[in-house]
Amino acid sequence: MGSITLEKVSKSFGTTSVIPEIDLEIHDGEFVVFVGPSGCGKSTLLRMIAGLEDLSGGRIIIDGKDMSSEAPAKRGLSMVFQSYALYPHMTVYGNIAFPLKMDGQEKSVIDKKVKDAAHILNLTNYLERRPGQLSGGQRQRVAIGRAIVRQPKAFLFDEPLSNLDAALRGNMRLEISDLHHQLKTTMIYVTHDQVEAMTMADKIVVLNAGRIEQVGSPMELYRNPKNVFVAGFIGSPRMNLIEGAEAAKHKVTTLGVRPEHIRISTTDGEWKGKVGVTEHLGSDTFIHTQIDGIGQVTVRTDGDFDTRHGQPIFLTPDPARLHRFGADGQVI
Amino acid sequence: MATLQTRATARIMMSPAVILLFLWMIVPLVMTLYFSFLRYNLLMPGTEEYIGFLNYQYFLTDPAFFTALANTLILVGGTLLITVIGGILLALVLDQPFFGQGIVRLLVIAPFFVMPTVSALVWKNMLMHPVNGLFAWIARSFGLQPIDWFAQVPLFSIILIVAWQWLPFATLILLTALQSLDGEQKEAAEMDGAGAISRFIYLVLPHLSRAITVVILIQTIFLLSVFAEILVTTNGGPGIQTTNITYLIYMQALLQFDVGGASAGGIVAVVLANIVAFFLIRLIGKNLER
Repeated sequence: MGSITLEKVSKSFGTTSVIPEIDLEIHDGEFVVFVGPSGCGKSTLLRMIAGLEDLSGGRIIIDGKDMSSEAPAKRGLSMVFQSYALYPHMTVYGNIAFPLKMDGQEKSVIDKKVKDAAHILNLTNYLERRPGQLSGGQRQRVAIGRAIVRQPKAFLFDEPLSNLDAALRGNMRLEISDLHHQLKTTMIYVTHDQVEAMTMADKIVVLNAGRIEQVGSPMELYRNPKNVFVAGFIGSPRMNLIEGAEAAKHKVTTLGVRPEHIRISTTDGEWKGKVGVTEHLGSDTFIHTQIDGIGQVTVRTDGDFDTRHGQPIFLTPDPARLHRFGADGQVI
Repeated sequence: MATLQTRATARIMMSPAVILLFLWMIVPLVMTLYFSFLRYNLLMPGTEEYIGFLNYQYFLTDPAFFTALANTLILVGGTLLITVIGGILLALVLDQPFFGQGIVRLLVIAPFFVMPTVSALVWKNMLMHPVNGLFAWIARSFGLQPIDWFAQVPLFSIILIVAWQWLPFATLILLTALQSLDGEQKEAAEMDGAGAISRFIYLVLPHLSRAITVVILIQTIFLLSVFAEILVTTNGGPGIQTTNITYLIYMQALLQFDVGGASAGGIVAVVLANIVAFFLIRLIGKNLER
């Protein structure tokens, strides 16, 4: 069991308010991702749930019990830190066994649980090594192992993949998603990488300057962003946000259109412009174009589309997939 | 420094310093060795002659030698015990944020800057004096009989003075080691359910083991040759209760004018220091390799 409810949770350091007031409901078994630019308060929020940071106001309810002022160990949560925070002088076995040992469990029980966790995480051959002798991905798995042996109500991940290289990050993303399906435990995952958020989450919480901008499933956020911030943050390459005369034609302040929802042509179309930089990814091509009277517009097209720098180009946005935002940045 | 030529140049450039340091060490050592085989007493000039191992025989069979050896080891061990335990506790306190932290840290480090003779005199005349001392005054104000420190517990008094001098050194090294402990590790342990004492045993102490090793090794080197504190307070007495090897050699050379015997004692001290160093490295040296 692991439902977590935040009620009017707020945090301030001295007179600076980091998190004004947040209400959030996390259901049992959900994979929730907090995503936002750096400094938006997502790590602080996670540390408040963990109990490593005091609340300035509000309540945190875990499984129906008010845990706002309980010690971290009493909350029944496990955390995986960005630096992994493994104990350098203990072996992998010692690291994974540590929370059980602190819990005062019997040796035979500890041994079984550690071996099970090591088996799930492919660490069986490394149990006698020290963290210093492991690769980044293995250390990451040890940190996860240390978290799962306690059978917590929920896992908290604080940007766990940011120290890994790109290929390994992709692998670990799959492994963590797999683990979630195996354990079916609530997971809260903090990241600044919207790709991680989109690929892993059941529910994404987009944070900006301590406020929740929008909560929803990845596709909900992709299809119906509630405001300009979410529209610009979710999706890669990011949505084209057009202001000025072209937006006024549609009677809005900001007009949003995703690069993949624009038809590109060398002969005819609604907008005329020139090709700028072209990025070939093989399967896709991102073309950054300079459109007359609008400015820079990014288009995503298939990998075989061929262009030259400076070549004239015509774009036509899909009218059904336009996002319209008013003067307050909210969707109309 | 890859090519043969640069390596040869490097050796030539280093040689003056290396040769100077080597001579600086080897000349006194060889002279001491040479004197230790002579009958060489300053009261009988001109009678120097080779006497083989007689000086060593006299020094090693002197009943004072074993007392001095025991005193040396007790002095080193006692001081290490006080400074390491006290240093860890002080470092833990100084690592906490509190008002006036900078000033307090400075005050804690201050004793290290006081020269040994001065601090020993301050302790002897202002703190431990049985009539005028601060400790005597405290004892009397509680209606107790003051302790005559240097008469009743002379070796312990010397240990206290030396420990007071070396506590700042231990504190300083342990404090810097403590500050390098990763904050996320402490938080991880906290989430794993470790209380303050468990965190100290399983996280802080292993992290400090290297620094503790450094403190023990460096202090041992200096504590084997404690001299000034003994000279200005007890003069090795009462009897020979506070005579260590260093002080015994001093008595041979400058009170009995027996240069030959003192030289033999010096060589014995060198051998003893090496034995101690050997065992220390065997015992705790592995901590340095990690």
